[in-house]
Amino acid sequence: MPTREIAGKVVEVDAEGFLCNPNDWTREIAEEIAREEGIEQLTDLHWKVIEFCRADFKARGESPTLRRITKESGVDTKTLYTLFPKGPAKKVARIAGLGKPTGCI
Amino acid sequence: MSEEKQRKLAIICSKGSLDMAYPGMVLANAALMSGIEVHMFFTFWGLDMIVDRKMDHLKITPLGNPSMGMPNLISILPGMTAMATSMMKKEIAKLDFPPVREFLQMIVDAGGHLYGCKMSMDMMKLTKDDLFPGVERVLGAMEFMEISEGAQIIFI
Repeated sequence: MPTREIAGKVVEVDAEGFLCNPNDWTREIAEEIAREEGIEQLTDLHWKVIEFCRADFKARGESPTLRRITKESGVDTKTLYTLFPKGPAKKVARIAGLGKPTGCI
Repeated sequence: MSEEKQRKLAIICSKGSLDMAYPGMVLANAALMSGIEVHMFFTFWGLDMIVDRKMDHLKITPLGNPSMGMPNLISILPGMTAMATSMMKKEIAKLDFPPVREFLQMIVDAGGHLYGCKMSMDMMKLTKDDLFPGVERVLGAMEFMEISEGAQIIFI
């Protein structure tokens, strides 16, 4: 697996830029990946989603689907697409340092 | 990686049974989750998916459906369609897929566009007021051609 430096830390990433090891993740890494995805500033609402995903991954061992995020985190679909425009599924997972989501919903 | 040409998907939904309603919605939603622009055109029986009084009551029938493995002589018995429908709804819910109305609302909230087919609506004596409020517009086939320019098209 290739490695790259993000926010001063060398981490393993896959071909699409997802962190290979969720434990490598830091808040600074999230901020830097978010900028790469075109999100200049992570707001409290962004963090609410990111933290929900991290906690859910820890509990269930897989990236939550968007359906799960909107049902469980209290952030609705419209807001989620505004926070992470143009393809929230991969963006959220990448910023949260999790693997690519595999769910269909 | 997101600065490439904007991909666009147009889905034509022409069927009104419960099993045929889901493929279009699943694909539309998957496309939106991936940042792809989505247009859904509901025509003929597909209109049932967006007719407000019908969309919550779509059904699946085992009659004449070889995939369901039930002999047609049994499928014609009263209550078989209701049974198959209720079974399928349970399975859909188990996979955490929402019912039709909620699914379409999700697609609208995610930025997807829904259109009713003008000709089918005229034929069935329907107006925009009969449709699910999330439907953007009623279109003729030629307008759909304009909207779907450059899109990949899926016909269901």
